[in-house]
Amino acid sequence: MSSVNVQRNLFHKVPPRLRGWVLPGLILAVWWGVVASGASDSPLLVSPLAVWQRGVGQVTSGELWVALSASLWRMAWGFGIGSSVGLAVGALLGWSRWAERLVGPTFHTLKQISLFAWIPMLSMWFGLGDAAKVAFIAMAAFFPVVLNTLEGLRSVPREYLEVARVYEFSVWQTLRRVVAPAAAPSLFTGIQLSLIYSWLAALGAEYLLASGKGIGNTLIDGREHFWMDLVLFGVVVVGLVGFALNALLAALEKRLLAWRDRTIARY
Amino acid sequence: MAHAGTLAIRGLNKQYEVKGEALHVLQDIHLTIEPGEFVSIVGSSGCGKSTLLRLVIGLEGDYQGEILLNGQRIVGTSLNRGIVFQEHRLFPWLTVEKNVALGLLNSSLTEGQQRATVREHIALVGLQGFETAYPHQLSGGMKQRVAIARALVNRPDILLLDEPFGALDAMTRAHLQQELHRIWQQEGITMILVTHDVEEAVFLGDRVVVMEPRPGRIRRTVPVGLPHPRERTSHAFTAIKDSVLREFAGHPAADLAEPPLKRGEQLAPAAQWQFAV
Repeated sequence: MSSVNVQRNLFHKVPPRLRGWVLPGLILAVWWGVVASGASDSPLLVSPLAVWQRGVGQVTSGELWVALSASLWRMAWGFGIGSSVGLAVGALLGWSRWAERLVGPTFHTLKQISLFAWIPMLSMWFGLGDAAKVAFIAMAAFFPVVLNTLEGLRSVPREYLEVARVYEFSVWQTLRRVVAPAAAPSLFTGIQLSLIYSWLAALGAEYLLASGKGIGNTLIDGREHFWMDLVLFGVVVVGLVGFALNALLAALEKRLLAWRDRTIARY
Repeated sequence: MAHAGTLAIRGLNKQYEVKGEALHVLQDIHLTIEPGEFVSIVGSSGCGKSTLLRLVIGLEGDYQGEILLNGQRIVGTSLNRGIVFQEHRLFPWLTVEKNVALGLLNSSLTEGQQRATVREHIALVGLQGFETAYPHQLSGGMKQRVAIARALVNRPDILLLDEPFGALDAMTRAHLQQELHRIWQQEGITMILVTHDVEEAVFLGDRVVVMEPRPGRIRRTVPVGLPHPRERTSHAFTAIKDSVLREFAGHPAADLAEPPLKRGEQLAPAAQWQFAV
């Protein structure tokens, strides 16, 4: 009777798995409609078909792979360095009160500084090439891992450590059997954030240290030549990569932390 | 099978320093527990009964006096002293089987023997068929059974129980008390149970040690001397229960009616002490 009911009925005809596609589908349809109606001839409004064709061109010419692999490679290096150093620093801060008193205040001050504020310094030290970009990505990856590792180690219940003492666990046994699993959800959150930040930083680095190849440089190219279709294609690729990284981590988390019941998150 | 231990506590004193002032948590405790004996310790919060248990297990140190197991002064924790806490303290990332097996991480048994022992102890607490379940899939009573299996898997000389059923509902509690009694008889092991529940103490104990607070000390030891199985409503049982309860006379009744909430395990024991009635 009311329009709300009609809408609900329409929506319910879409299988649940596909419901997430409804909004993107609508936007695409409206976009297509506006372009097809010829209501605007602004160069800012390109047709979905033009974006698609640009994409096909980028893929077949191999330009996409050159740009994407350069970006992903830098991201992998930055993430690898930043997260492993972060894990070590986080573990040290979480394990030793002494280290926390010594390093903690410096760390907590540095983390307040916007990452972008480091760019001028990094470019003076490392130039505009890959080294500076990797260093920037590593910094972005570093902070979330340190914070979550610290948090994870702090949150290991004292009751569990007492159980370890009752069964005469060595330091290594306690770390491996009690501390690591108890801190794992938090460690994982850190890694997850760190990977997402690395991807954001990979793009940021290509913008701010604009030289060489990368998906960010593809976007800059598109802007400079006023190729709206290339810009839009670049945005779609960036989004897809982020989506893929998230899906990968979600699958990994499900496997590694299967013991954590969905509803009972206490441990 | 039975390698029950003799526990001798002589002239035990324990104090904490709070704001430069000494607080006597335990004062002049003398208690000898025979091999295979079941001793219940009751008392209101702050009487130091949990601290006493933590000293015997070796999680607390720094005391005056002597705690001897089979004539040996205890130092730190040891696999020949087992404990069941009020909270089950199982590791949520491990199955029942693996939780129990973790108790054997430092045992001298071969891998095959370990597997057999784990299986036996899961059977002992009546949890066959739940070996591969995770703690969150079990009820509160079942989790506490797993905790008992883990505590016994090393075949300790003495088992300490720190209000193990305090957080369970009345029906489950009564059932687990019977189960614990069966396990005690079957294993022939020395057990010390700390509880708020006078009925539980009388139901299970050969003796009931009544403690009083400020400073924590033993007020009286009541022998139970009733044959098993004990009938909770029988005249003799109620008479002993009443005589234990009379020891609390002069203290507000609220002392005994504490809800089975988690006592402030996380609080410093000194804080527990301070707010005790």
